[in-house]
Amino acid sequence: MNSTILLFLVQDGITNGAIYALLGLALVLVFAVTRVILIPQGEFVTYGALTYASLASGQMPGTAKLAVVMGIAAFVLDLFAARRALHGRKIARALAVNIALPAAVLALTVWAAAHHAPVPIAIALSLVIVASIGLSLYRLAFQPLAHTSVLVLLIASVGCHLAMQGLGLLFFGAEGQRGPVLADAALTAGPLRFTGQSLAVYGITVAFIIALWLFFGLSLYGKALRATAVNRLGARLVGIRTSLSGQIAFLLASVIGALSGILIVPITTLYYDTGFLIGLKGFIAAIIAGLVSYPVTAIAALMIGIVEAFSSFYASNFKEVIVFMLLVPVLLLRSLATPAALEEEKD
Amino acid sequence: MRERWPVLLFACVMAAIPLIPGVPPFWIVLSDNIGLSALVAMGLVLLTGVGGLTSFGQAAFCGFGAYTTAVLTTAYGLSPWLTLPASLLVSGIAAVVLGLVTVRLSGHYLPLGTIAWGLGLFYLFSKLEFLGRNDGVSGIPPLSIGSLKMLDPGTIYFAIWAAVVISALLTMNLLDSRIGRAIRALRRGHIAAEAFGVQAPRTKLLVFIYAAVLAGLSGWLYAHFERAVNPTPFGAQAGIEYLFIAVVGGAGYVWGGVLGAAIVVILKEVLQSYLPLLLHGEGQLETIVFGILLVALLQFAPQGVWPWLMSRLPIQPARKRPDMSIDLPPRPRASGAPNLLLELNRARKQFGGVVAVNDVSFDVQAREIVALIGPNGAGKSTTFNLITGVLRATSGSLSVLGRKIHHAPPQEIVKLGIARTFQHVKLVPDMSVLENVAIGAHLRGRTGALASMFRFDRAGEAKLLAEAARQIARVGLADQIDQPAGSLSLGQQRIVEIARALCADPMLLLLDEPAAGLRHMEKQRLAALLRELREGGMSVLLVEHDMGFVMDLADRVVVLDFGTKIAEGTPDAIKRDPGVIKAYLGAAA
Repeated sequence: MNSTILLFLVQDGITNGAIYALLGLALVLVFAVTRVILIPQGEFVTYGALTYASLASGQMPGTAKLAVVMGIAAFVLDLFAARRALHGRKIARALAVNIALPAAVLALTVWAAAHHAPVPIAIALSLVIVASIGLSLYRLAFQPLAHTSVLVLLIASVGCHLAMQGLGLLFFGAEGQRGPVLADAALTAGPLRFTGQSLAVYGITVAFIIALWLFFGLSLYGKALRATAVNRLGARLVGIRTSLSGQIAFLLASVIGALSGILIVPITTLYYDTGFLIGLKGFIAAIIAGLVSYPVTAIAALMIGIVEAFSSFYASNFKEVIVFMLLVPVLLLRSLATPAALEEEKD
Repeated sequence: MRERWPVLLFACVMAAIPLIPGVPPFWIVLSDNIGLSALVAMGLVLLTGVGGLTSFGQAAFCGFGAYTTAVLTTAYGLSPWLTLPASLLVSGIAAVVLGLVTVRLSGHYLPLGTIAWGLGLFYLFSKLEFLGRNDGVSGIPPLSIGSLKMLDPGTIYFAIWAAVVISALLTMNLLDSRIGRAIRALRRGHIAAEAFGVQAPRTKLLVFIYAAVLAGLSGWLYAHFERAVNPTPFGAQAGIEYLFIAVVGGAGYVWGGVLGAAIVVILKEVLQSYLPLLLHGEGQLETIVFGILLVALLQFAPQGVWPWLMSRLPIQPARKRPDMSIDLPPRPRASGAPNLLLELNRARKQFGGVVAVNDVSFDVQAREIVALIGPNGAGKSTTFNLITGVLRATSGSLSVLGRKIHHAPPQEIVKLGIARTFQHVKLVPDMSVLENVAIGAHLRGRTGALASMFRFDRAGEAKLLAEAARQIARVGLADQIDQPAGSLSLGQQRIVEIARALCADPMLLLLDEPAAGLRHMEKQRLAALLRELREGGMSVLLVEHDMGFVMDLADRVVVLDFGTKIAEGTPDAIKRDPGVIKAYLGAAA
């Protein structure tokens, strides 16, 4: 091994690790607020990436229609839940968020697909489409289950993953796609060449981590989300709408997922089911951080990226084995480090 | 075996199905698949629904079972019957290795850890040369008895369903036993179970191995059913699917696993064969509908289908009352200074900078009721946790019967004859009062898991249940004996905890706020019971806020304030103590 290979591997690892970090952050966020272990996070990635790639190549992505259908279902559910106390403003809000927004986006998407929309518009549309899917997903699948155990939420999450992955195949077909790069520029430093794309990956990851940190530290909504994470009942007692916190968490997670997808689809070919594996690695980072800490998640994600890069170089056959088995000793250390004496689980 | 007749009926029906003329062969294949899934799901029921250990990795244990027999029968030409024990052993050993790591994981780490090694093992199966990599192993011989080769789905059907019925019986037997109660008690946390002598990590490992062996059995059958193995059915997707088979059927119920397998396998089959006709679409339509149905089902019946069905059954199975005339011999008493039961000598507990218990010393003599009182946050419950080994003292010493105990775990403390109740009730809400109380007698039984599975535990079991029933009658809850503990009022649940503690045959009873939530009459009955226990030779150390109750009952009172002992003496002396009055009412009083 020489230092060039070493540097290349590290660079490769950091690029992948940055994506895992973004996903890990989203998983931590969703788990902390809603107790949902978000397996469909990977689908947000593929939906975002393939919607963007489809739009860029002038195809009509099916996700835009899905957003409308899920919006209508969420609207019906909202109406049904509020049937005892229907008043105009509630209905108007539900109508705007659930139906008007995705419908407008659908119209725009049809136009964009027909006219080969420029990259920024394709990105914006993809993000909004996936965001509205994420929002409706929480409303449809998880909000009615908010009071149940982590296990039930987890199984529901698996159900969502299956359905969304199946839909992904329906929308995008079994063929992989690639999207146009965000920036053509490249930077050379010694033996290393940084493409504009990988620089964008670093920049956006760092920006997101700072933004999340500011959001949770400074904004009222961020504080409400943290309060919900710490104590659901307590949060409700002080007037925080926990269902709103859940919606915000899912909104953020879906945007982060879609963004990660858009960032990597120019680098690697994405298939309808690629997101699951990418999501899982973000997941491992999140687990290493104990599903609580954002900075540890980011660091762990970078480590995973680097380990993966090195093991694909030295033992490419066992790349996945190494990455996933890595978790077991980490978990053991974490378990031993936290005294379980007074920890009691609740159903 | 009278209560098992529905199982026998079920076995007869299942045995008759292939013999009915005109049953489509496809149904038999489907039933084979249901049986194979049911075996794994049954293990998961025990592991997840009953034991509270969520595992996504069960498919990997199927893989161990299947690959073991595949390699041994093809490469070494062994008979499939010889590889059965080998398959079970390999899955079991894999479970010991993974289990030692996994069951130590707490909370959400555990399911996540199982996802990790489940995936890791899947990739391992698909990369190893001697397991045939992605192609797997083919040409596995069929099972055979004499000249009968189980080549077609109709003959191996009997082997699969015999395995299902036998496993179900063994699992039901295991759950309905001393070990089974310990497993069920662990789901809600291990503190209460450990306080009565249950070895939590060992019990969890046992369940883990049990579930893995059932999965290994399913894998072994699968290998001889398909006569070929490849990594796909042992991957993460399969592991997830087994888990939701259990959840859909009812994760807390053995037959929920079987029902769930039937629902999921049939549903998938129906969706696969009819959806394309209905919608003329391509792609994995069935997974879409399957996923959506799953989420919908959880919203309507989060407990699963089996309990939902059972609650609609016109006849509810009657519970057998234990025969209270059977005696359970008292536990052997540790010998030692007979008068000094418990002594705390400058016991101290610090949490970081906070001194919760500050060099507290007091003792409890034989036949004495001592009350530990103090304002909120005085360190009373922490003192209890120090005595019972839930927490380790930072410094100072604790002696029982004159012998010092150093960092003894709760399981050892209860062996010394100290049993406790909890300030926040720790019962298993969906177990009956009888079963909850019987956990208290855990240490007074001997039978292990194997004996329970094969029902060699009945004599010992009858004694334990008789003792539990006697203690329930003693505390005055005989009418509630069969109710789920969670359905009782909080005050009654506290009394159930006392009965559970009495079941351990203690010499010293530690009661943490026993009178909280009791009505006036109930408090009087409780006081009478505690006096009766004292007359019988037992000592009681209690934490209580109801001063009338304490002053009326206690022989001696120890007062704590901010972790420090500020007074000790008879109730009358304490009532007049200026320091105590100041602590309770403030300086001016």
